Amino acid sequence: MRYLPQSPEDLRLMLSAAGVSQVEDLFASIPEPLRLKAPLDMPTALPECDLRERFVTRSSRNHSLTCRPGFLGAGAYNHFVPSPVGHLLSRSEFYTAYTPYQPELAQGTLQAIFEFQTMMADLCGTDVCNASLYDGASAAAEAALLAARVHKGRKVLVARSLHPAYREVIRTYLKHLDLDVGEVPYGPDGRIDLSSLAGAGVEEACCLLVGQPNFFGVVEDFETVSASLPAGPKRPLLVGVVCEALALALIRPPGAAGADVVCGEARSFGLPLGYGGPNLGFLAARKAHMRQMPGRLVGETRDADGRRGFVLTLTTREQHIRREKATSNICTNQGLCMLAAVIYLSLMGRRNLRELALRNLSKAEHLKARLAERGIRPLFSGPTFNEFAVGLKVAPSRANAEALKVHIVGGLDLSVHYPDLSNGYLLCATEQTPKEASEKLVDVLGGLS
Amino acid sequence: MSRFIEEPLLFEKDRPGRLGVCLCTKEVPTADAEALLGDLLRPEPPARLPELSEVDVVRHFTRLSLMNYAVDYGLYPLGSCTMKYNPKLNEDVSRFEGLAGLHPMQDDASAQGALEILHTLERALCAVSGMDVCTLQPSAGAQGEFTGMQLIRAYHEDRGDARQVVLIPDSAHGTNPATSHMAGYRVEEIRSGPDGCVDLSSLKARMAPDVAAIMLTVPNTLGIFEKQIDEICRILHEKGGQVYVDGANLNALMGITRPGDWGADVMHINLHKTFSTPHGGGGPGAGPVACKAHLEPFLPKPVLVRAKDGFRWDWDRPKSIGKVHAFYGNFLILVRALCYIETMGGEGLKRASQMAVLNANYLRARLGEHLPLGFDGPTLHEVVFCDKGLPGGITTMDLAKRLIDYGFHPPTVYFPLIVHGALMVEPTETEPVEEMDRFVEAVKAILDEARRDAEFVKRAPHEAFRRRLDEVAAARSPVLTYRPEGG
Repeated sequence: MRYLPQSPEDLRLMLSAAGVSQVEDLFASIPEPLRLKAPLDMPTALPECDLRERFVTRSSRNHSLTCRPGFLGAGAYNHFVPSPVGHLLSRSEFYTAYTPYQPELAQGTLQAIFEFQTMMADLCGTDVCNASLYDGASAAAEAALLAARVHKGRKVLVARSLHPAYREVIRTYLKHLDLDVGEVPYGPDGRIDLSSLAGAGVEEACCLLVGQPNFFGVVEDFETVSASLPAGPKRPLLVGVVCEALALALIRPPGAAGADVVCGEARSFGLPLGYGGPNLGFLAARKAHMRQMPGRLVGETRDADGRRGFVLTLTTREQHIRREKATSNICTNQGLCMLAAVIYLSLMGRRNLRELALRNLSKAEHLKARLAERGIRPLFSGPTFNEFAVGLKVAPSRANAEALKVHIVGGLDLSVHYPDLSNGYLLCATEQTPKEASEKLVDVLGGLS
Repeated sequence: MSRFIEEPLLFEKDRPGRLGVCLCTKEVPTADAEALLGDLLRPEPPARLPELSEVDVVRHFTRLSLMNYAVDYGLYPLGSCTMKYNPKLNEDVSRFEGLAGLHPMQDDASAQGALEILHTLERALCAVSGMDVCTLQPSAGAQGEFTGMQLIRAYHEDRGDARQVVLIPDSAHGTNPATSHMAGYRVEEIRSGPDGCVDLSSLKARMAPDVAAIMLTVPNTLGIFEKQIDEICRILHEKGGQVYVDGANLNALMGITRPGDWGADVMHINLHKTFSTPHGGGGPGAGPVACKAHLEPFLPKPVLVRAKDGFRWDWDRPKSIGKVHAFYGNFLILVRALCYIETMGGEGLKRASQMAVLNANYLRARLGEHLPLGFDGPTLHEVVFCDKGLPGGITTMDLAKRLIDYGFHPPTVYFPLIVHGALMVEPTETEPVEEMDRFVEAVKAILDEARRDAEFVKRAPHEAFRRRLDEVAAARSPVLTYRPEGG
């Protein structure tokens, strides 16, 4: 066993120091009837070379978006990751370290988190951002829980155009907490239908969660949403849920357009698709809500010699101090994913990130225009970022089967999540979507009737 | 030359005009963002993203990395954290394009390799835990706990049985009560007996039909095996309660004894502890939940099934608690864990647990010559010392901070709460004996220093990148984002 360093001589020495004659004696406190009598029922050990081969085989049984271009987004966007990201993440000093509880030994991780918090707060248009949550879906649920702590309203309102999986996670999180979850429909522009707010119970709501862009790729108008909410103490917290963080470089950040909390998923910043995980959830907010935020926060301070340093702070919010009164049970979060994002964002810089966002918009607009030429039109009239919904003349499953024949992965069948959108088809184009693939898709879809 | 270089914040290094990335070739005409988005357009690019060259960025993060301590550098004896070695093969495999490049919404037929990995891992975790079924969706231990408690709640409610209380021993991790609260339960603490185990008579006295479950960490945070665990399961089950096992300390038990065989109903497993996936400076981890068949209908959806023509996700789960993750969990972490399991095999995993317990007992014997134990009983993979009689008036924290100067990460301190000034030490099986000897010598040297010059120890660390940091000031007036001088 190459990970176990105990030599026969070590064993003799250690057993003798521990005062036993054999290893089994150390387990005497486990009652005999509870001991496992048979060996574990699992495959035998494989040497490194054989095991690598096994994983090569498993890996080759998948068709990744790298070997077969595709148009799937829906909460997981295919973006280019520059080489330094992976190299820096591979430094043992980062990935084999623990949560920075001993700040004198973890200034590297702590400074990186402080930098991440600063960049994300700027991107979101908020005062502060936490050090990460699991993923965008649980971040949205945590945002609702935050709202329920600071607001008397017992209703959580969610735009129906919010990512369906996020809505499910929110329901799971809130199920037993005496909070009512209500949904607000979308209008013909694909945006939240503000005329339905009253009927949905906005007067009793502690928060309203709206995707930005939403699940249809449509960019919401947060200022108008914000202006439509009841004023005064009844005003629910407006939460912007961002599934595609790259959009924040190009669109007005929700925090600067009336949102009190901005949360979501930042996997687009330097992480692979990874079949949907690991991800990078985050939660950003106005300073007023800082002490109610879930998850870790890093703050600046001084050491005994007066030098600048960083520490985990406001820890009285957290489970290891406050136990059942904590703002969340989260402990391990997505530290290394956060590091990927901060490295990615410093490589991109302000101009390149915006330019990249613009190129995403351009790719999607190009595809949208080419499809329109073939009579395939957007389902909604609202502006979009790098993803949009169209109405097909045939079933999306048929379209996808045809696309596969020319080695491309088509879009998402919207009717699975929105039965009212039969033949609704969600398409995403990023900088990684070759123009040639778009042309092929246009030909496939245009040829179906 | 000093090991450390003072490294400014990215924002202080910003040099407008520098480029860290060359974007890929433009293929389509640039869209007119203003015409399309109008008022929705962001007026200015995000000011806080710096402009730096690739070299600037690589140097910045390399210098930051040097300020960290890490498992690959030396002993990281954090109790209950299981800071074992993170195998390099796992890292390589998780970066294979066919795994890292997979989109979660691809059809199941095009992801059969990934699904086979997940299925194999589920079966392996069931084998280790003695449970019937497993979900890999939870992202970390705390989310695993949440999932498990939701399963218990759904099970009771499905039987029309409303229960309100969860029992948790006073030695438990803070996540246990926090989780129960999030699942809508009222938490009641149960006291540990003088042997560090649950006091059976008070448990019996308290057990009633309002108790939904007990949450137990086994071995507990004192490293002690809950020797009457089967009796505890019986007491709970008799009155209709469920037993949740927090698997944070599973590293002591693989191949030796199984929660499923004790009578436990559900548990979570921290893959970033027992199954060697890296802690990453605070995640990502993974917290799969394994449970008995009676909880299976309530598992998060989708559930992986094996059909004649291959694997597929089953979304038709009417009794499911719903979802806890946008997709299927931290997939690339799950890949690493399976790679570890297949490197070790069943015998290897058992050997790992045996060596973890041997290492801990070796350290207990050697450190025990210098520090008093928190509890006397036999311990498994970790051991807790207390601060009684520390010389020169130094505290547990002083000892911990001085260890930094000797080149070690300190143990977990001031936890569990039931031991005064606790020092909780878990070496794991991957530590060589000479590294543990070096640690013992360091502790001994510090205690000698404290007898001679306690003030010196109290000011430690002296040789780290930073001296003691003022956490009180940080919390009093929080600065959570960069503000330019005078800005």
